[in-house]
Amino acid sequence: MSDELARIAQRAVESALAAGAGDAEAYVQDSVGREIRVFDGQVESLTEAGERGVGVRCWIDHRAGYAYGTELGEEGLAGIGRDAVDTARIADADEFAAAPSADGAAAPEIPGLHDPSLAGWTTERKIELAKVIERAAREADERVVGVETAVYVDEEQRVAIASSTGLAGAFEATSAYAYTQAIAEDGGDKQTGLGFGMGRSPEGLDPEEVGREAAERAATLLGARKPSSRTCPVVLDPTVAASFVGFIGGTLCADAVQRGRSPFAGRLGEVVASPALTVTDHATDPAGLNSSPFDAEGTPRGQTPLIQAGELVAYLHDSYTARRQQAQGAAGARTTANASRAGYRSPPSVSTSNLIVATGAKGFEELLAEAGDGVYVTDVAGLHSGVNPVSGTFSVGATGRLIEGGRLAAPADEFTIASDLQSMLTSITAAASEARWVPFGGSISTPALLLGEMAVAGS
Amino acid sequence: MPLIEAELARRVLERALQRGGDFAEVFCEERSGLGLAIDESRVERVQRGSERGAGVRVVRGETSYFAHVDGLGEADLERAAGTVAAAAAGDRAQVQALEAAESRPLQEIAVAPSGVPAERKAELLRACDDTARAAGGEVAQVQASYAEGTRRVTVANSEGRFAVDERTRVRLGVQVVARRNGAVETGFETLGGHRGFELVADGAAESTAERAAGIALTLLGADPAPAGAMPVVVGGGFGGVLFHEMTGHGLEADHIQKGASVYTGKLGEQVAASHLEAFDDGRLPGEWGTDGIDDEGTPTQRTAVIHEGRVTSYLYDLVRARKDGVASTGNGRRESFRHLPIPRMTNTYIAPGEGSPEELISDVKRGFYAVSFAGGQVDPTTGDFVFGVSEGYLIEGGKVTKPCRGATLIGNCLDALGRIDAVASDFEMKTGFCGKGGQRVPVGTGQGHVRIGELTVGGTAV
Repeated sequence: MSDELARIAQRAVESALAAGAGDAEAYVQDSVGREIRVFDGQVESLTEAGERGVGVRCWIDHRAGYAYGTELGEEGLAGIGRDAVDTARIADADEFAAAPSADGAAAPEIPGLHDPSLAGWTTERKIELAKVIERAAREADERVVGVETAVYVDEEQRVAIASSTGLAGAFEATSAYAYTQAIAEDGGDKQTGLGFGMGRSPEGLDPEEVGREAAERAATLLGARKPSSRTCPVVLDPTVAASFVGFIGGTLCADAVQRGRSPFAGRLGEVVASPALTVTDHATDPAGLNSSPFDAEGTPRGQTPLIQAGELVAYLHDSYTARRQQAQGAAGARTTANASRAGYRSPPSVSTSNLIVATGAKGFEELLAEAGDGVYVTDVAGLHSGVNPVSGTFSVGATGRLIEGGRLAAPADEFTIASDLQSMLTSITAAASEARWVPFGGSISTPALLLGEMAVAGS
Repeated sequence: MPLIEAELARRVLERALQRGGDFAEVFCEERSGLGLAIDESRVERVQRGSERGAGVRVVRGETSYFAHVDGLGEADLERAAGTVAAAAAGDRAQVQALEAAESRPLQEIAVAPSGVPAERKAELLRACDDTARAAGGEVAQVQASYAEGTRRVTVANSEGRFAVDERTRVRLGVQVVARRNGAVETGFETLGGHRGFELVADGAAESTAERAAGIALTLLGADPAPAGAMPVVVGGGFGGVLFHEMTGHGLEADHIQKGASVYTGKLGEQVAASHLEAFDDGRLPGEWGTDGIDDEGTPTQRTAVIHEGRVTSYLYDLVRARKDGVASTGNGRRESFRHLPIPRMTNTYIAPGEGSPEELISDVKRGFYAVSFAGGQVDPTTGDFVFGVSEGYLIEGGKVTKPCRGATLIGNCLDALGRIDAVASDFEMKTGFCGKGGQRVPVGTGQGHVRIGELTVGGTAV
């Protein structure tokens, strides 16, 4: 199968060259997946997905073009090659636009990236897994009155890449995840809570835990009120911390930095966060769902420390941004192999792989004790519309619980937390000792974080 | 022209129902598109794509079985039908004779975008870049993007529906960043429709760039937004996003039937002031959310969702309509052949009221004027929502005074809807992409100026 994809990639490269490209690169993706949605003990929908296509990037005298398609026969590939060349001719020349070159390094082996146990699971067992999630949510708390679908998804993906500059490779990966949203009701108040889990196969999922988490998150919020407006210590739970860390990861991509769209531009080597914060981009962590042996343009992957004990030590690069950085005097700038793509339909761009926030020494209870009186935030809404990526200022909707006398107290909702990314990073006073993988807005492993001070707007 | 012959469609439906099912459908699609952008005054990210594929669905009881494949060959379709048939089992529906596939075009495409040389589109972006940069020396960055796409769809189902549609859309987006001393502000404006290249020609693109630059420059003088509860006037056009999020989603029948909407059981009930009229209209000529048929082959329609302040209809696809024993409202939409149709909005708007926007503002002693949003989120079950304001101003003494930055609107759907106390007579539709269940579809949002008596503004000025 991988041989066949590699052949298609090679032929796609040849067709772009034949159409007039100076250099070309092809990315072929073949995936099969399954999605099961369960509602009220019944299968609501069962989807079998098959997807296969190619994306071709080409360069003509520093003009880059891109085309994709699903017709992978000779005629189809010839058309995609012609389309890619046509698009390159419309683009303006960019001295840094060029095919990435192979430096001979071997791509790492990532153990467990492809979990053969997925193939052993029948559809019936997967349906049962989703039903267990729903049941667990309903049974965890009597105030849970409903579950808005329990969802199970898996995918087996094969990727092959080839280029006229000699980059070539192929890999296979599997993934599985599940989530559910529980609805809790008490005395006319209604709240929802999300539970989720992820792994390389359904073996790695704990359906009881997914259901229980959703129920607990929903039931805990019952009776929530607006907290009073103030400036106070704030504890972010791992799902919320992950949302912010993912956002910050985006601003550390060299593309944003070079184009003046990052509040961290020009700050390499400076202290940008408190010493309690260390963040690493880790593209080959077997537990990270975005791990792969090479990036979207074929460069072997590894790990890149971004923030070390508060100091900004690196930006993330692909071959284009590295070349551009070199021209601006950073002779040693190299691609960090962070070219990513959503699939064959989109050309590569710089993005985080898996972000790992280092854990601290204190347990969660100690974090609360240190906060004293403040707010524990368990969910934020509107992060992507509420943060100005250029200036870093934000104001987002939040729900969670009050912290009183160092302990969790009454639930709180309909409030906002506001700050700017720079102030927020410097106000982190501690990271908890246990981390969790969160698949929203990237793939992020983070502990709960304590912030010394943040503006809370409620009543 | 249908993408598949009626005879093949019938065979695929038979095959899908081989082991049982109440309903079968085959959805075929061919799409192609071009996109390009300008950034740092350089045309880049030029891309073309084309795809062909099909999705086959069998519904049995409350369960939908679905498989999709790339390709429209007979073997591809048979494979998808076979996969679905293997999953579904039970009593079997008869495939009815297919009607004659009829096209229901709602909009004449004056200039097919695919026929316009790509170089002309690059020129358009350069003109946007020039216009925005000429707006003021404080303009620091200009990004503009142009996208065109054509989708041809053919739907056949076991109840005899056989329908085709061709959809051509064009969209331009301009983002301008302005800087003054330490302040950095962004202005964003779009122009899009179910239209041809004529939409962006003749200076329309340049005007869009000019407006984006104007917003960024105005916001440079902004103060931190106030925090607290106050009257809020929401602007026309893109302000309609608020109604889309806080009411539109809650009226989608899938949320309703699961009890996961604050509008469950509210049909016929008074939820807003009696002057409020609102519609979902998939037939508005040339609008971004307009299609001839929905993605299940049902002709699109104009549905009154709120009449005299009462909920008058939910938004249905075939599956949810069958469950409630009503007809589909033509809201069964999907992102592509790779997705199951679900109830989705098309063009959703509050109908114009009386009086000018100025009159509406003049009654506000101290309040907030939200002209445009960067986005929003709502939990349909609880009705709690949050919106990031991209362009907002303070209202003082009945007049719009200073621009504000970093504002968020936060509240609850039913509460906020009930507090709409005035709708002005101006009216505008804007374009957006709406995400739901992992599917992104083009939607139109619109309204005139709307005043909400009291809403919480979450600002940074505590």
